[in-house]
Amino acid sequence: MRALLSIGVFLAAYEAVARSGWFAAALVPTLEVSLRTLWAMLGDGSMAGHAGNTLFRVFSGLALACAFGLALGFLMARYRPVERLFLPLVSALMPIPSLAWAPVFILWFGLGNTATILVVFYAATFPMVINTWSGARAVNPIWLRAAGAMGAGGTSMFWKVVVPGASPFIITGLRLAFQRAWIAVVGAEMLAASAFGLGWVIFDAKEFLNADIMLAALAVIGAIGFALEKFAFQPLERHTVVRWGMVKRA
Amino acid sequence: MIEIEKVSLEYETPSGKTLAVDSVSLGAAESEFLCLVGPSGCGKTTLLNMIAGFFPPSAGEIRVAGKTVSGQGLDRGIVFQDFAQLFPWRTALGNVAFGLEMKGMPKEERERIALEQLRLVKLEKFAGAYPHHLSGGMQQRVAIARALAYNPGVLLMDEPFAALDALTREDMQRLLAEVWRETRKTVVYVTHNVAEAVYLADRVVVMTPHPGRVKAVVPIALPRPRDPLSVEFLQHQKQLIAHLTKEEAAS
Repeated sequence: MRALLSIGVFLAAYEAVARSGWFAAALVPTLEVSLRTLWAMLGDGSMAGHAGNTLFRVFSGLALACAFGLALGFLMARYRPVERLFLPLVSALMPIPSLAWAPVFILWFGLGNTATILVVFYAATFPMVINTWSGARAVNPIWLRAAGAMGAGGTSMFWKVVVPGASPFIITGLRLAFQRAWIAVVGAEMLAASAFGLGWVIFDAKEFLNADIMLAALAVIGAIGFALEKFAFQPLERHTVVRWGMVKRA
Repeated sequence: MIEIEKVSLEYETPSGKTLAVDSVSLGAAESEFLCLVGPSGCGKTTLLNMIAGFFPPSAGEIRVAGKTVSGQGLDRGIVFQDFAQLFPWRTALGNVAFGLEMKGMPKEERERIALEQLRLVKLEKFAGAYPHHLSGGMQQRVAIARALAYNPGVLLMDEPFAALDALTREDMQRLLAEVWRETRKTVVYVTHNVAEAVYLADRVVVMTPHPGRVKAVVPIALPRPRDPLSVEFLQHQKQLIAHLTKEEAAS
């Protein structure tokens, strides 16, 4: 409720500026114009098409990052040589913004999905690696002892104790990874996508001074990001680590 | 049931080698309740951990049911002091069923047995509760049920009630005495609480620190259930305290 109020106040302020006539209407369109554009793009399916493309890229990159990050994180926590080999590499690569890789990936793989998905993968992979690695090391040793005394070992110890024990860190890692991936995908689409995607829509609209289209796409980007956080990641947390009392309810 | 033969444990510290357990020999008969009592540093928990197989002794041998202990095994159940020993991502029932699951028992059967075990510690109503919804005493009861569920011959307990308030602790001692009477497990129970030892044990092993040694073994031949306010009970308590304080005066 309070969130709605603060968003409402902000939109009213924007509308006041847009209607004041201080700026060209084409550059600062009123909410009415922007909403009408959004409505039209939703109506003819073009917005859904772009959003679909963007979601495909973000989830492909995120899935790769999860698979890679979970595997590497657990291996680093379990085997010292793996940790010693990869930790410096992770530390060196992590500070490089994923978008800085976009031109490199475009050069290697051409414009299109491959380069975009790789940028997303790059953005999302570090939170997954670091959080999985930290989570596995933070597993309470008494759980390992108790499970060991009850005959758990190797595979069962990993799946039934280490993975759930590390899950608070892993779920936080997943949320961070998604946030970073969502930011990265829009940027990458501006550079690397040839004709589809929400980022591309904004980039393309700039060429034609279509500020209303840009605002419509921005609204959709914000709404999808918000919806996934609210209806996917928060429930995931509520039904697992919060339910188990390992993480306090937000 | 348990034979401990000249067991020592030495470990390295920055100031040289420390002898945590010095040539301890002990035995526990089938279905006997043995308490290890002593001040911190006397090696009682270290000894228990070696029986559990968490690490091997530097010298000597431990046998359980005739078999030399080498690592952890399903022939021994263990209960720790820390409430956090339960898996927070499993319900009470899921926790108790864990050992049976590791044995590969089908779900239906292991849940039936786990429920029986929860009934033994009077928690069958809380089978579906997650540990963080249970009080400390209830969590320790689940831990006892969990250690008994796969039917080990020996139950090892490391100050399981030390972190509970006094009233709950008394309830738990009564409950444990009942559980032991019903299951007839061989129990090795570590505590620093003399009254607890007299209430529960068939024999009390008094240990002294630096290095950890057995000072005395005191049989408690009182009938059960025991009355902590009876003269005989208090006499046994006095006797144990005398063993423990004499050591302090000497050191």
